[in-house]
Amino acid sequence: MRPNIDEDVLKLSDLSVRFGNQKVLDNVSFSVKRDDTLAIIGPNGAGKSVLFRAILNLIPYTGEVRWADNVKIGYVPQRLSVQKDLPLTVLEFLKLKENNFLKIEKVLKSVGVSNENILKNRLGDLSGGETQRILIANALLGSPQVLLFDEPTSGVDIVGEETIYGLIERLKKEVDLTIIFISHELDIVYKHATNVLCLNKEKICYGVPHEVIDKVTLDKMYGEDVKIYKHSDHNKHNRHHEC
Amino acid sequence: MNANLILLLITGALVGMISGYLGSFMVLKRMSLVGDALSHVALPGMAVALILNLNPMLGAFIALSLAVIGVWYLSEKSEIYPEALVGVFFTASLAIGILITPEPELLEALFGNFEKVGLIDAALIVFASIIIFTVISAISKKLILGIVSEDLAKVQGIKMKTINLIYLFLVGLVVALGVKFVGTLLMGALVVVPAVAAKNISGSIKSYQITSSLLGITSIVIGLLLSKSLNFSSGPIIVLVSISIFVLSYIFKRK
Repeated sequence: MRPNIDEDVLKLSDLSVRFGNQKVLDNVSFSVKRDDTLAIIGPNGAGKSVLFRAILNLIPYTGEVRWADNVKIGYVPQRLSVQKDLPLTVLEFLKLKENNFLKIEKVLKSVGVSNENILKNRLGDLSGGETQRILIANALLGSPQVLLFDEPTSGVDIVGEETIYGLIERLKKEVDLTIIFISHELDIVYKHATNVLCLNKEKICYGVPHEVIDKVTLDKMYGEDVKIYKHSDHNKHNRHHEC
Repeated sequence: MNANLILLLITGALVGMISGYLGSFMVLKRMSLVGDALSHVALPGMAVALILNLNPMLGAFIALSLAVIGVWYLSEKSEIYPEALVGVFFTASLAIGILITPEPELLEALFGNFEKVGLIDAALIVFASIIIFTVISAISKKLILGIVSEDLAKVQGIKMKTINLIYLFLVGLVVALGVKFVGTLLMGALVVVPAVAAKNISGSIKSYQITSSLLGITSIVIGLLLSKSLNFSSGPIIVLVSISIFVLSYIFKRK
């Protein structure tokens, strides 16, 4: 059955990924509705990035991944591994996708890059936060209907982190966007996601965060000890915001 | 300056420009050594062409095309680049080439002999250069995006496997064009060295590509003039000129 374009933007059925003999993802099924903000959470090695790579058709998998017809997908990878002395400026990188400078300017403004001097810098010279913004700008240049973020927080300081999620919320208000993001921070998930997929090689839970994340699912994902650590980490995080 | 020398310099400059342009991608793709080893495959092809009384450039191109398909297959097939295998295979083809190349032609096949560049060769070089330039300009953006992130390129629907294969074919073609000037042993240097030198002093992709092409032209033109006046084979002189440029670029390397 083809997914209804007004309903499901993405539908996964029995997705499995193997690396050699090892099963990295086991029979994962779920669907994403238009305008959803889906968070994918799970411990390290749970297969979150692998799931992304499979639904983007970058690695072989079994099962089915169905996107709505003609859907435009933007992908924001966790980082770029470019040589530091790669002779490519930020502007040249963005121009690989869009020749119109006015459009580039507009997108840069919307991701919070106000200082255009950054355009003359080499891509390899950017900080983690700057790289992430440029990668988001790059994804937005294709006017996507679905945005996939691989751990938007990594490599960015707390203040920057908050702005990236603020940015996601703002973008959703401006245009019709479905967001799928990977995270390992529960407070971010509660605050910004409409749905959550708990993953640890297989689907542990799926649904509205407040309804489906409970002690049982957390124990299943992280094990009991880790949960306590997660909790204190969460508090520390909040304290930072109060300062 | 006689007409023959002018023809030689013009075709040489074209080969230098195209080598520098193509080489700029090769260096960023971290395939410099493959480019060098690849050029050795030209020898057995030239040998067979000489035995069959065909144009050696044609023989070189056919042999290189086969090698290109091999390199492409290996690099798409495995995550880790099987360079050991490439090294073994290409050295073997060099050894076979040395054995089967007719003795009188061996030296010039290995080190280049510009005196042998005739009108038909010149016409072929001009024609092939236009093709290479047109095709590479058309796929340049895709190649660069693939260098930055193969994942991003694939998500944008770019068929990187096809792009990489087209690119490698162009490299095979430029090596076939260059062997007359530089010889099969040193042609790899003409693809790689100007690009490495240009990378040292460029801050943007545009200046990198232009500089690399200009350095390719400079290496061949100065090298040809020097080898003519000093009466040495052209290949080593051209390569030494390009190496001198590299040393200069290293001194003035941008931080």
